[in-house]
Amino acid sequence: MERKNPRRLVLPGDDIADAKEYKPGENTYECEDRIRAGILGTVDFRGNIVSVMPAGGRYLPKIGDTVIGVINDVGPSNWMIDIKCPWPAPLHVSEVPWKVEFGDTTTYLTVGDVVLIKVLNVDESKKISVTMKDSGLRKIEGGQLIEIDHNKISRVIGKAGSMISMLKNMTDCRITVGQNGRIWIDGDDENAAVAAAAIKKIEAEARMPNLTERIEEFIAEKLPGAESYRQNDDDEEESE
Amino acid sequence: MSGHTDMVLVNEEGIRIDGRKTDEKRNIKIEAGVLKNADGSCYLEIGKNKVLCAVYGPRECRMRHLQDPTKAIITVKYNMETYSVSDRKRPGTDRRSVEISKLISEALSAVVMTELYPRTTIDVYIEILQANAGTRCAGLTAASVALADAGIPMRDIVPAIACGKADGKVLLDLNKEEDNFGQADVPIAIVPSTDEIVLLQMDGNMTREELEYGLDMAFKAAHEVADLQKDALLRKYTNKKKEASE
Repeated sequence: MERKNPRRLVLPGDDIADAKEYKPGENTYECEDRIRAGILGTVDFRGNIVSVMPAGGRYLPKIGDTVIGVINDVGPSNWMIDIKCPWPAPLHVSEVPWKVEFGDTTTYLTVGDVVLIKVLNVDESKKISVTMKDSGLRKIEGGQLIEIDHNKISRVIGKAGSMISMLKNMTDCRITVGQNGRIWIDGDDENAAVAAAAIKKIEAEARMPNLTERIEEFIAEKLPGAESYRQNDDDEEESE
Repeated sequence: MSGHTDMVLVNEEGIRIDGRKTDEKRNIKIEAGVLKNADGSCYLEIGKNKVLCAVYGPRECRMRHLQDPTKAIITVKYNMETYSVSDRKRPGTDRRSVEISKLISEALSAVVMTELYPRTTIDVYIEILQANAGTRCAGLTAASVALADAGIPMRDIVPAIACGKADGKVLLDLNKEEDNFGQADVPIAIVPSTDEIVLLQMDGNMTREELEYGLDMAFKAAHEVADLQKDALLRKYTNKKKEASE
């Protein structure tokens, strides 16, 4: 009976399933043999687990997430990075690819710099540590940075990276996606503008079916020469 | 409660000065997501009360002495505008607004899953644009809608409503005249899914039987308020979907 409309919108406290039949997943809780929603979002039934996909809210860092951060503050042995989550994320000098002398931090990265980093650890009290010592992690220079809702990032990447590789191929831009909702685009002015518009369109139409085809049409319309890139299927860049 | 009037607050037919029956609440209008810069917001009207509420966070708690290493704190600022009442209200925090802020914060802490966000704060700003008795209930009702709109994990939405006594009769959702010249005012807020009480105050006197009767009315009305709150949120999020498809 509860499966009638599997992707329906629920509000906190809404009764979504029977606790005897299903197990409470993420953003749900069990109360008096019923499973209730713990956040505003859409219901997701997977096997016998019911969870709610949030429709909004802040980014919660997970271990292993690749995120784009902006440097907030510089200390003698660390940088404080804003990764759009409720807690500060310190990047220690031992977690950067350079050999940094004590107090010499500003020569490498200063306030306002944008970095591609990875979440190394998040402990129980939500103390975060991040690293820049992994392949592809670096200071980001040039290009443009756009921000979207972090819940829509999975749609920008698409199934097995289908959406993002289509975007990269058609617009001929370098695109890096951070799990925290920040996206970096670098390319020719016109192409980068179209890529940014396409990503905004993905954010707005995240729930629509056949999204990849719709975005493909959108880009083809804006960039008439874009089709030629589609033949070039081998993708040099690492996909997130 | 203390004042005296010759006004007939409830007539023989049980009709009140604004035409309501004794167990009838005022008209409620709720709109979610009215402010673009806040994480969540709500505009609410109940009768002549007009309330605007904005929610920010969870974000890093900069007041270190308030920070809690185990859970988020909910900082509520209840503020009445100078033009919200008929005499100019002296601006700024006063004894009454500190009390109401604390009450609302405690009521919301009962439903918000604060343990998910240690060391942070969730800021709730409640602005009373126009007051006509029952602003703490209106403020709390609006705040819980704004919290849900901000995507904050919570167990349920909190509706609040008052019951009371005027002209010797037990009434639901007192207006200004009934509050000023009546015998009692009992604001109450509940968790609809479990019927837990998260806020209950009593100003004035009622007998035990009167209070029980009043609470029964208030519980029934609170469930209706909860439906209106949920309806406002559904309206906002389904409209968003429609806009996207056009």
